[in-house]
Amino acid sequence: MGIRVSNLIKRFGDFVAVDNVSLTVGRGELVAFVGPSGSGKSTILRIIAGLESADSGSVYFNGEPADHLHASARGVGFVFQHYALFRHMTVAANVAFGLRVQGVARPERERRVGDLLDLMGLQGLGQRYPSQLSGGQRQRVALARALAPQPKVLLLDEPFGAVDAKVREELRHWLRKLHDEVRVTSIFVTHDQEEAFSVADRVMVIQRGRLEQSGRPDEILDTPATEFVARFIGEANVYETTVHEGCAAVGRLRVAAAGLAEATAVSLVIRFYDLKFWRDDEGIATVVRMTTLGDRVKVEALIDGGVRIFSQFPRRSSLLHGMESGCRIHIVPTLTRFYPRGAGGGSVPAADPAQTPEKARPILEYPANSTAF
Amino acid sequence: MARLEGARSLSPGQCAVVLTVCAYIGLVLVLPIVALVSRAVAQGPAPLLAAAGDPAARGGLVLTLVLAAIAVLANGIAGVVGALVMVRQRFLARRVLDALVDMPLAVSPVMTGLAFLLVFGRGGWLEPALGLLHLKVTFAFPGLVLATLFVTFPFTLREVAYVLAELGTDEEQAAVTLGASAWQTFWLITLPNIRFGLGNGIVLTLARALGEFGAVLVIGGAISGKTQTATIFIYNAVEERQEPAAYAMALVLAFASIALLVVIEWLKRRRSAEN
Repeated sequence: MGIRVSNLIKRFGDFVAVDNVSLTVGRGELVAFVGPSGSGKSTILRIIAGLESADSGSVYFNGEPADHLHASARGVGFVFQHYALFRHMTVAANVAFGLRVQGVARPERERRVGDLLDLMGLQGLGQRYPSQLSGGQRQRVALARALAPQPKVLLLDEPFGAVDAKVREELRHWLRKLHDEVRVTSIFVTHDQEEAFSVADRVMVIQRGRLEQSGRPDEILDTPATEFVARFIGEANVYETTVHEGCAAVGRLRVAAAGLAEATAVSLVIRFYDLKFWRDDEGIATVVRMTTLGDRVKVEALIDGGVRIFSQFPRRSSLLHGMESGCRIHIVPTLTRFYPRGAGGGSVPAADPAQTPEKARPILEYPANSTAF
Repeated sequence: MARLEGARSLSPGQCAVVLTVCAYIGLVLVLPIVALVSRAVAQGPAPLLAAAGDPAARGGLVLTLVLAAIAVLANGIAGVVGALVMVRQRFLARRVLDALVDMPLAVSPVMTGLAFLLVFGRGGWLEPALGLLHLKVTFAFPGLVLATLFVTFPFTLREVAYVLAELGTDEEQAAVTLGASAWQTFWLITLPNIRFGLGNGIVLTLARALGEFGAVLVIGGAISGKTQTATIFIYNAVEERQEPAAYAMALVLAFASIALLVVIEWLKRRRSAEN
C-alpha cells in the first residue's frame, strides 16, 4: 500500500514537532526516517499509525484519506522501540493476538503463528514468556506480532535502539531480508545513519520537524541538498567563510570557489574522506593527533591560521607514509560543497523538496578531480 | 552501604540500632497479637463454640463479611476506573481530586460517622429525599455500607494507579495497532497487567473493612442483630464483661488478618517473579 502524507503539522505546546511535512512512500518500499533525536521523525510515524493526531495535514493510504480511521482500523503493523510485548502472554499468544482480536479461528491462528515463528527464527520459543527472551529475540517477536495480521504497512520506531551493537547488525540484515521476502510497505525510524543507509531503499532526512531531503542512499551521500544533510550524513568539517577572488580561505588552506560572487558568505563542508593529506615540510598544516579506528586512521591537523581539520584514511593508505604527530603536511580537498551561510540552521523553507529544489541545493559543489592523485 | 556487608560485620553502634528496631517492633506489633492469641487459646475451644452458637456473634460476623464483600466489589470497580482516569487523563481538577482520594486515610472514622449523620440523619441535608423514597440510612444497613465504602475507598485506586503509572501505555497502543477495540484492550491487556495491584488493593480493602469500628459505630448505632458488626460485637462483649466471647471473635478476626497478610506476601512474590 502506498502512503502519502501532506502538509503535516503537529505541536506539543510551543514546540513544533512536525513542521509542514509532505512525503510519499511507494508500494512495497522500505524507507528510513533518519535524523537526530527530537527531530520529529517518530511523531510522523505515530501520526501515520493513528497513535497521534496531527494538528493539520492529512495521511492518505493508497490515495484514500485515512485521518478519520482509528488506529485499530488502519491495518498498520507497528513495532515499538521497547518491544511493548504483552508480558503476561507467551510468545505464541503475543504473535496470535492480532488474529485473535480479529476473530480468526484457532486452527488458522496456530498455523500462521507457527509460520511466523519459523520465519523469524523463533522455533521452539512459542511457550516462553517475553521476560525469558534476549533483546534480539524480543524484537523479532515484536516484528512477528506486527506481521501476523498481514498489515498493509509496517512501521518500526527505532526498532533496534534497545539492543547491543552486534545484535543490531544482525537485526538489520533480518529486516532487509524479511522485507525482500514479505514486500510490505515499510517505514523505520532511526537516528543511526549507517542503519538507514544499509537497510533502506530510500532515506528521508528529517530535522527540526522538517523533511530536509529524500532520496536513495547514494543520492543523499553524493548530493546532500542542505548543509544539515551534508554535515549529518558522514563526518564532515564545516567552515564558515567568505568568497574572495574566487577562493574560500580556511586559514592557509584555499579552496576554489569559482562561479561564486565576491564576498558571498558561505558554509564550506568537506567530508573527512574527501580530503588528502600527505607529508610535506613546506605544507600548510601540522598534524596534531592520529587515532587508529579499526581499519581506518583519523588524522587531526591544525591549518596555519589556527583552524582544525579532520581527515580519515584507510589504515594501509600510502598517504600515511611518514606521517606522524607534529609533522608538516599538505592538504588537498577532493570534494567540497558550499552552502549559503546558515541554511542548515533551518532557514530554508523546504516543505517538499520536490517543489523547491533550487533553494535546497548546494550553491556550489566542487569535485576537484584535477588535483587528485 | 553497611547493610551490604552482611550481618557478621555489624559494628556495636549498628547492633544497637538493629536491637532497638527489633524491640520496638516487638513491643508495638508482635506483643499485642501474641497476647491476644495466647489468651484466646488459653481459654480453650469452649467459648469459641459458644460464640459460634450465639446468634448475635454469628450475625455480627456475617454482617462484617457482607460489608467487606460490598466494599471490595464497589471500590474495586471504582478504583480501577478512577485510577485509569487519574493516571491517563489530564484535566483541570486532577490535582484536587488526587488529594481528595486520600481523605479517608486522613479523617478519623468517628468523624466520618458523624459527617454521615449530618447528611443522612434526622434533620440532615438529604432527609427529605430519603423520606420520599422510604429509605432509612442511619442506624440501618445502608449507613453501614456507606461508612465502609468511605473508609476503604483509597486502597484499590492507589494500588492500581501506582501500577498503571509504572506500566505506561506502550502495550495498550500495541494492542490497538493490532486491531483490538478499547474493550478488548482493557480486558486482554490492561486488566491482566494491573492484576497484582488490584489484588493488593482488594486485600487492603478487605482488611480495612473487617477492622472498621468508629464510623460504623457512630452511623450504625450498634444495634445487636441489626447493625452490630464483628468489631462492635467485641466492643460490646468487653463492655458487658463477656470476655471469652470477645476473645473468641477477636481470634477469628486475627486469623482473617493473618490470612490476608499471607496473601499480600504471595502477591508480592508473584509480582517480582514476573518482572
